[in-house]
Amino acid sequence: MAVVFERPKSFADIPLHYCPGCTHGIIHRLVCEVIDEMGIEGDTIGVCPVGCSVMAYDYFTCDMIEAAHGRAPAVATGVKRTNPDKYVFTYQGDGDLAAIGTAETVHAATRGENIVVIFVNNTTYGMTGGQMAPTTLPGQVTQTTPYGRDPKLMGYPVRVCEMLATLTGTALAQRVAVNSVPHIREAKKAIRKAFENQRDKKGFSIVEVLSTCPTNWGMSPVDALKRLEDEMIPYYPLGVFKDANAFPEKEGE
Amino acid sequence: MERNLMKGNEALAEAAIRAGCKCFFGYPITPQTEISAYLAKRFKQAGGVFLQAESEIAAINMVLGAASTGVRAMTSSSSPGISLKSEGISYIAGSDLPCVIINVQRGGPGLGGIQPSQADYWQATKALGHGDFQLLVFAPNSVQEMVDTVTKAFDLADEYRMPAMILADGLLGQMMEPVTFPEISAKPVEKPWAANGHGNKREHNIINSLYLQPDVLEKSVKDRFERYAEIKEKHAEAELYMTEDAEVVVTAYGATARVAKSAVNMAREQGIKAGLIRPITLWPFPVKQMNEGSKNAHTLICVEMSMGQMIDDVKLAINCSKPVEFFGRTGGVIPKPSEILEQIKKYAKGGNQ
Repeated sequence: MAVVFERPKSFADIPLHYCPGCTHGIIHRLVCEVIDEMGIEGDTIGVCPVGCSVMAYDYFTCDMIEAAHGRAPAVATGVKRTNPDKYVFTYQGDGDLAAIGTAETVHAATRGENIVVIFVNNTTYGMTGGQMAPTTLPGQVTQTTPYGRDPKLMGYPVRVCEMLATLTGTALAQRVAVNSVPHIREAKKAIRKAFENQRDKKGFSIVEVLSTCPTNWGMSPVDALKRLEDEMIPYYPLGVFKDANAFPEKEGE
Repeated sequence: MERNLMKGNEALAEAAIRAGCKCFFGYPITPQTEISAYLAKRFKQAGGVFLQAESEIAAINMVLGAASTGVRAMTSSSSPGISLKSEGISYIAGSDLPCVIINVQRGGPGLGGIQPSQADYWQATKALGHGDFQLLVFAPNSVQEMVDTVTKAFDLADEYRMPAMILADGLLGQMMEPVTFPEISAKPVEKPWAANGHGNKREHNIINSLYLQPDVLEKSVKDRFERYAEIKEKHAEAELYMTEDAEVVVTAYGATARVAKSAVNMAREQGIKAGLIRPITLWPFPVKQMNEGSKNAHTLICVEMSMGQMIDDVKLAINCSKPVEFFGRTGGVIPKPSEILEQIKKYAKGGNQ
């Protein structure tokens, strides 16, 4: 019988700690599929965030480093600068990347740091029990916005890909989602492109993945997927915001 | 061997390259910026990574990343910048990573000033970040000793898998003295724990400081403290100067110890039996040397460029068995030899006899 689907080799065969219906598992798998297809597990170093995916170092079978909250792009910079021939990626949530780690994110991008950033946006702080994130939508109820996020008091959510697309050092800024099969296929292509950019030394590549948090949204997994489609995508449109070589003069070197 | 007249900060930077340091991540702050400037120029020739980070926080985390892959990594800053690095230093200690951190101290608290100070003693030796951990802390007192300390700091950091700090001050960083660079044999150290790509030849390595099970975390901390106990036993260092018959013993480290030595010499010329104990390592604190050097003294005088921080350790080292007096200047003011001599004379005359 032909094998049509199997667990990627670089995805450790152990139980995940994520809640039922959480899409982290899908995103982990996509990253691992790309690592397997490119045959780079032995040359890859991943950097984990603080947040729900804090223990991702157990799931990826490449070498892994656990960073402090928000600091993954700086840690990845230290790894990549001293190991320029290795593949380096960070895996970060929205609080980690777009709140406490904003400076590290923006400056890694502006330096054109040749790394891949997988940015999981689920509009909430999942690990700590569902507080307002920098990406929480206007009106969204969280533990710390019990009456809904009021932009007059709490500001507007940040669109990370659009912001980073303005920087010369950014090679790829693409937003994808994992709430349907076509979206998942598109997400994998984007992740593959990001790793290929790193191979080709094109600069900073970020793939923002719209994700769900049924537990903290107080929804069934199915309803959560529907919310992603109906509420998140209108505010966070899918697509490619930048696709370029940040260092064109280096081509052919 | 060739002797060069060099500024302390630049000598530190050159020494790091010779000690096998492969990367430096920093952020400008007075009075240590020459370290960055020197390495920006020299690493290009010597083959190494210089990167100016967006913040002290980013710089120390870049050090964490580089050290995770097994390369010798360094950062430097001055007091306010070290406060910012404290988060990363705690993670580096918790992840059992070696690296070297230089603090060219200036006056504080807050923005403070830019003149020499020793007011970060407590921070360096007791509380450079959250959690149960220590750094190796070296306190050289000359440009030459700073040079010699850099290699030792890297070697011990690698051996014990922990961060090492060189606690200098604005005086040592900015002054020029002749130095010779010893022939360095950067010891190649096996780092089987490094996360530098497993090449499909071994299990994956994980660099991490998270342990959610209390008993597992407790064990990791206790293991670290076993290493600390060995370091205390083997690596505490101090210089004893004219202490054999000394009745009044001054204790001072770094630049202050040079001033104190002048005062001790002046006292001796006046027939006063004065001596000096100069801790070279601040952690581990040279407890044995402190007792040995003060065995015939009736009084100790701790002199610091602070309101009195090391004095706590001096008292503990001798179990408060003798009076330990204090004299300090702070805020960037450097004590004068005459001021210290005055203190020596005051107590020699029988203040505590």
